[in-house]
Amino acid sequence: MSFLSYIWRNEKSREIIVQIFVLLCIGWFLSWLISNVDANFKALGKDISFEFLFIPAGYDINQYLIDYNNRDSHLRAGIVGLLNTGLVAVFGIILATVLGISLGIIRLSKNWLASKIAYWYIEFTRNVPILLHILLWHGIIINTLPHPRKALNLGDVTFLSNRGFYIPKPLTENGIELVYLFLVIAIIFSVLFFKYAKKKQDLTGIQYPVFWINFSVLILLPLIAFFISGMPISLEIPALKGFNFRGGMHMSPELAALTFALGIYTAAFIAEIVRAGILAVDKGQREAAESIGLKPSKVMKLVILPQARRVIIPPLTSQYLNLTKNSSLAIAIGYMDLVATLGGISLNQTGREMETMVIVMLIYLSVSLSISAFMNWYNNKVKLVGR
Amino acid sequence: MSTEMYKPGSYPNLPPPPGTVGFYGWIRNNLFSSISNTLLTIVSVVLVYYLIDGIIGWFLFDAVFDADSKIECRKINDGACWAVITRRVGQFVYGFYPEAERWRIDISFLTMFIAFAPLLYPDLPKRKWLLWFSGIYPFFAFILINGGFFGLAKIEYSLFGGFMLTVILGVTGIVCSLPIGILLALGRQSKLTVVRTLSVCFIEFMRGVPLITLLFVASSMLNYFMPPGTNFSILVRVIIMFTFFSAAYIAEVIRGGIQAIPKGQYEAADALGMNYWQTTRFITLPQALKISIPGIMNTFIGLYKDTTLVVVIGLLDPLGIGRAALADTKWNGLSTETYLFVALFFFVSCFAMSRYSLWLENKLNTDHK
Amino acid sequence: MKTKILLAAATAGVMFAGSVLASTLDDVRARGKLNCIINTGLAGFAAPDDKGKWTGFDVDFCRAVAAATLGDADKVNYTTATGKTRFTKLAAGEGEILSRNTTWTFSRDVDLSQTFVGVSYYDGQGFMVPKALGVKSAKGLDGASVCIQTGTTTELNLAEFFAGNGMKYNPVPIETNAEAQELYKAGRCDVYTTDASGLYATMSSFDNPADHMVLPEIVSKEPLGPVVRHGDDQWADIVAWTLKAMMAGEELGITSANVKSLAGKDNKNKEINRLLGKDPLQGISKLGLSADWAVNIIGQVGNYEEVFEKNLGMSTPLKIARGMNQLYRDGGLFYIPPIK
Repeated sequence: MSFLSYIWRNEKSREIIVQIFVLLCIGWFLSWLISNVDANFKALGKDISFEFLFIPAGYDINQYLIDYNNRDSHLRAGIVGLLNTGLVAVFGIILATVLGISLGIIRLSKNWLASKIAYWYIEFTRNVPILLHILLWHGIIINTLPHPRKALNLGDVTFLSNRGFYIPKPLTENGIELVYLFLVIAIIFSVLFFKYAKKKQDLTGIQYPVFWINFSVLILLPLIAFFISGMPISLEIPALKGFNFRGGMHMSPELAALTFALGIYTAAFIAEIVRAGILAVDKGQREAAESIGLKPSKVMKLVILPQARRVIIPPLTSQYLNLTKNSSLAIAIGYMDLVATLGGISLNQTGREMETMVIVMLIYLSVSLSISAFMNWYNNKVKLVGR
Repeated sequence: MSTEMYKPGSYPNLPPPPGTVGFYGWIRNNLFSSISNTLLTIVSVVLVYYLIDGIIGWFLFDAVFDADSKIECRKINDGACWAVITRRVGQFVYGFYPEAERWRIDISFLTMFIAFAPLLYPDLPKRKWLLWFSGIYPFFAFILINGGFFGLAKIEYSLFGGFMLTVILGVTGIVCSLPIGILLALGRQSKLTVVRTLSVCFIEFMRGVPLITLLFVASSMLNYFMPPGTNFSILVRVIIMFTFFSAAYIAEVIRGGIQAIPKGQYEAADALGMNYWQTTRFITLPQALKISIPGIMNTFIGLYKDTTLVVVIGLLDPLGIGRAALADTKWNGLSTETYLFVALFFFVSCFAMSRYSLWLENKLNTDHK
Repeated sequence: MKTKILLAAATAGVMFAGSVLASTLDDVRARGKLNCIINTGLAGFAAPDDKGKWTGFDVDFCRAVAAATLGDADKVNYTTATGKTRFTKLAAGEGEILSRNTTWTFSRDVDLSQTFVGVSYYDGQGFMVPKALGVKSAKGLDGASVCIQTGTTTELNLAEFFAGNGMKYNPVPIETNAEAQELYKAGRCDVYTTDASGLYATMSSFDNPADHMVLPEIVSKEPLGPVVRHGDDQWADIVAWTLKAMMAGEELGITSANVKSLAGKDNKNKEINRLLGKDPLQGISKLGLSADWAVNIIGQVGNYEEVFEKNLGMSTPLKIARGMNQLYRDGGLFYIPPIK
């Protein structure tokens, strides 16, 4: 008995005992769950198999970034859905970032009226559930925009209707290679010039207007090539044929509603993050920067933002992650994302709830985990070294 | 520029230059201090004007508050048709809960504030006594809402709906998830590798997948994990998922609180010879929870908003009731009115809660300074 | 000591197994209510009235099963399901019957481990368009936006129909009939496609049904019927024979009005006697039903004809003709096995 009590009183061995006990409990619980699934599946005559992924899906998807038709497999349908998730996430993130940063800065503006408007906008937006934003935007687009036959016509090339937005699509012709070549040259030049200018500044303190020079090079060079090679880009203009517009690039009302809703909702959170980040920079930093004679724009660029960035980036990434996860609500308005294809129609056509949901969850999980891994790395990199 | 001369030491106290104080001064400083600022003001004024001009009329003055159908509405006026709400306001609040029994919901809702008051306002008089009530409130509310005891008729879960469902899901979810969240937070900080790994896995999984997939699991797969033949209501399954989901978020909030406690506190506890549970009970948690309250509040607001997702798996929360109303041919096409109404409800309640959270944050902050 | 523990464990095991093996019928009887999964709202088939009471063709079938098993047609809890959630809800045990215009297909019957017990309504997929669109045939729908319910056989049929005719289309997936109706009315899609019965039901609820039309093409076979979980043959038989009893009622001229009097006397047609429990029907006790099961069904709900006419027939806004949904002797497809 004393040996047992010794083991229990020894911290190290007690920890091991406790851990083994916890492991046993969890193991027992998991095996209980698995045996239940097994028994239930046996009773229902179901099995677990991923073969359904390779049989033809049979249904059509209205938006695909890679070729897809209804003879393709469920797996491919899932990939199409995943890419659609990615697309709306990218659009949403761009909108949310631009809008969020502007709002955050307006919120800090000395202009009382603008600041108040931004405040109420932020409060209203973030206190209303995202699903409502999505439904509201979808409803507005569907119910207020006209039918394609009476579409809003912007200069005969762009059309707005309740079937979505149609814009001209650039088509490349022979000779486009020259434009690409010049674009590559321009990019290489600007990178080199950027490095050169930085080195020069470090050594001598002379500053070049790097941004403007690079900007003009990047625009001008391809433009020159474009005219030399005889304007090898033409526009495919959408035109009303039969029921709908054909040709051009098309943004469906579902994608538009989802982008607006996700972008606007997340922007409210980003605005608060940006504001908090800028306010977190010590007041003395700004005063010191001003006192050594930096222009206000330089104060922002060289002193405030680099320090605010450290505070802003981690919550900003988690907002991007939230936006991506929230895009799964697409299912409420019929946008064909990952949850709607693989976790929706495929699940239903094949009846494989377990398999499809596991795949869908694992995909979201791996995206989330890789982003948070990146964030941890970044945090460690920019962390102020404590003394 | 004044040409007047003063003897040394006799300079009078002049008023501040006109236009720097008072009403004009405020306007000048806050709205027209520079060219860009003036432009911003003009843009804002135009924006506000159009917003008010375009929306208030539709929203209020041209709106119709009672009519039999959308067509009737349009005959009366061309503003918003709020009749779709006013005709179904009972459903929006109580779902399909039997009309004769709705007093049970009212009482539970009102007493909820009494139960929460001692938790939310730390300096309430007679707090000790009220805390007792908070303790028994969950059972009290369950008996009242669910029925089946003391001659109260049992109410089927399928009749639950509307704002009542939102509150039930939100409050039950957060109350059940608090203890789990605390355990997870302690687990994540634990020295024991196994415990820590398990906690991290659970937290990261719950935070890594969209809530909607968890709800799908609740609605379609949770029964597979139970012994054959068990069957429990979809409402219970959804509450379980909400609980797990918010527990993961609360765990992270509380972990932040635990990490904010100065190291000296633990060293002092060790010096006093306290064991792990004593340290946790008397040192860690009281401080960590106090710091985390605003964070927990924000998690609650998030969860409260997320309850709208249950509409996707067919529960009739306000959004579901709204969609059912829109499905009625009489009200087809009034989605803007319906969704705006639900949005306003959420705005008012969430805004109030976030104000409270801010107030609490300030109060707690001053305690430390 | 040891044996005692073993015995206790064995008893517990047997009790546990017993609870597992309890039949669906016992579950329903113990609960005193039948759980029935129905549509979220489709006029004529399952829709709540102003007071929140469910009515419709599919709902009446639930009532018939409740009448057969519990003796009271009103003892039903309704659970709604979208096209997508219905099978998972049935599999998860949220209801004993799925009575929601569900198409009988091979893979659903075999692969999804469900049992289709019969056909209550022969249907086919059609297309509804506004007359203003000027389309007269489904072959003229090239390039159209098509509203379609997800998780149904219709989306597979649609893909096959358009591919088969070398046409393109733009699918607009939606969850429920109500949403489809809204999108169709708002002009988000040119066409709404679902089972013809569903199209008529949707059209009947429009302000101006005359502005819309169902195109002549029917592109699929859609035998709709009730579904139960695989593995409980007794329960499947109960549901199957409830449906047949309703049809037999029509064939034998038994209606809700005359069933009581017919049950009380000795009829010339012995089949009536057997159906209504006057003469013993071999094996009815194996089904776990009382002798007056069919009396309850027809008395409380009605025979097939009554149910059809009440919910879908020419006197309703849907105005659906019997068509294929008649007895074989009237030129339809219902051929009921002898009640012997």
